[in-house]
Amino acid sequence: MSTLKDKCAIVGVGETVYNRDSGRTELNMAVEAANRAIADAGLVPQDIDGIVKFTADSTPQGELAACLGIPYLRYYGELGPLGGAACGLVIQSAMAVAQGVVNNVLVYRSVNGRSGQRYGSGTVTTRRGLGSSAFTEPYGLLVPGQSSALRARRHMHEFGTKMEHFGAVAVAFRNNACLNPKAIMHGRPITMEDYLTSRMFFDPLHILDCALEADGANAFVITSAERAANLKHAPVYITSAAQTLLAGMDGHGRSWDESGGALLAPELFGEAGVTPQDIDVVGFYDHFSPVIITKLEDYGFCQRGEGGPFVERGRIEVGGELPVNTSGGHLSEAYLQGMNQIIEVVRQLRGQSPAQVEGAELGLVDSGDGSGALILRR
Amino acid sequence: MTTANFPLPVPNLDNQEFWDQCRQHRLVLRRCLDCRSFCHPPRPNCPECASSNLEWVESPGKGKVYTYVITRQPVNPAFRERLPWGVVEVEMEEGVHLISNLVDCDADDIEIGMEVEVVFEAVNDEITLPKFRRVGQ
Repeated sequence: MSTLKDKCAIVGVGETVYNRDSGRTELNMAVEAANRAIADAGLVPQDIDGIVKFTADSTPQGELAACLGIPYLRYYGELGPLGGAACGLVIQSAMAVAQGVVNNVLVYRSVNGRSGQRYGSGTVTTRRGLGSSAFTEPYGLLVPGQSSALRARRHMHEFGTKMEHFGAVAVAFRNNACLNPKAIMHGRPITMEDYLTSRMFFDPLHILDCALEADGANAFVITSAERAANLKHAPVYITSAAQTLLAGMDGHGRSWDESGGALLAPELFGEAGVTPQDIDVVGFYDHFSPVIITKLEDYGFCQRGEGGPFVERGRIEVGGELPVNTSGGHLSEAYLQGMNQIIEVVRQLRGQSPAQVEGAELGLVDSGDGSGALILRR
Repeated sequence: MTTANFPLPVPNLDNQEFWDQCRQHRLVLRRCLDCRSFCHPPRPNCPECASSNLEWVESPGKGKVYTYVITRQPVNPAFRERLPWGVVEVEMEEGVHLISNLVDCDADDIEIGMEVEVVFEAVNDEITLPKFRRVGQ
């Protein structure tokens, strides 16, 4: 089977600042992030001949191209649903590049996720009683945090996972964010006591378990391994990639092993020819802190049910055994729907993170509930 | 209790029968005539074997609380005046899971494993929602 292994690389990354009220349009922020990513790659906008977007993103590819001075695109695409698209867009882009359909693809995400439409309030995610939501929303199951809490509560019941384990994730990512000047929560460390006394939102989830809705934009450039070799920075190769879309999006009653991450992990590690023990740094999509515990299990970093104890004692902090979300992640850097995790792992593999993991060579990132994942290497 | 501020079900041709039966205070589930497995929510095909040969079966309406969440902040205007708001995931005897609410139980008293049975709550002339109450209370 022909695979994507090492055929393409992420060669430029760009971000705007993250804040709570950008005062800018999503298009305006997208342009800034894109220009930064293109310049970081050592390219000019006219080198970009493909752009792919989140379905959820308000900025059309053509509008972005116009603002970048790109007259037309040879390749464009998009991927839904909602937030879990980032790794899938990398795969979509890399497939097109590897086939020679396009040379240099820009992936972007721009969202006024705090001052505009807030994911956490359900305004983006509700389906107004249509389709299968007819069986959930009338009962007041309306926002993503509630669904995550249902799984978290069950994990506590089956495996003895404690709120303090969720808290350990929140504290670890906050500590990581304190190493990253761009993180919204930079300079604001928290203790376990702060966590346990913070407001309860979706019991058993506290506010400090929830992604930090933010305004900002991210972008990066994907090109072929051949072209990447002659660009500005050392390439970060896409060593393996996999996606999962579970049948039925509701997920109620699914077993733990029927999660996106658990289903794609064998292919992801198999294609790369590595094991979880080889991974130096991780970027997990952390919309809520309990998913870090289940993802560590899904991807085989620990046994099923042992994710809670695994995150104790700083093991997932920078300096720990398995640094996860070294920029602070969605919980403490900003919620950019998985894009900022990819950017941070690229920085780590280039040796350019403010929270650098010494000698990081191999990174794993994922999107959504394991809807997509990548193994990246320098 | 009212759910007026939450979205109401918008029935379609695949699930109209479910809502029609709820109006008659009957809970019906989809069962595959080929592989005999139950499924929920109702779809045109069986997710186990893809058969389109499905029947509606009346359920005794009994199950156990599989998990639950208690919303404590008005993150959405629909939660105002109704906090704390408990949502339960019920594992039915048939094996399928239903999202619902408990009508006779404070949110803070919900526990995993609680035995529950279906009750019906009319929202308007068209829509009656299946909800649950504790068994033996």
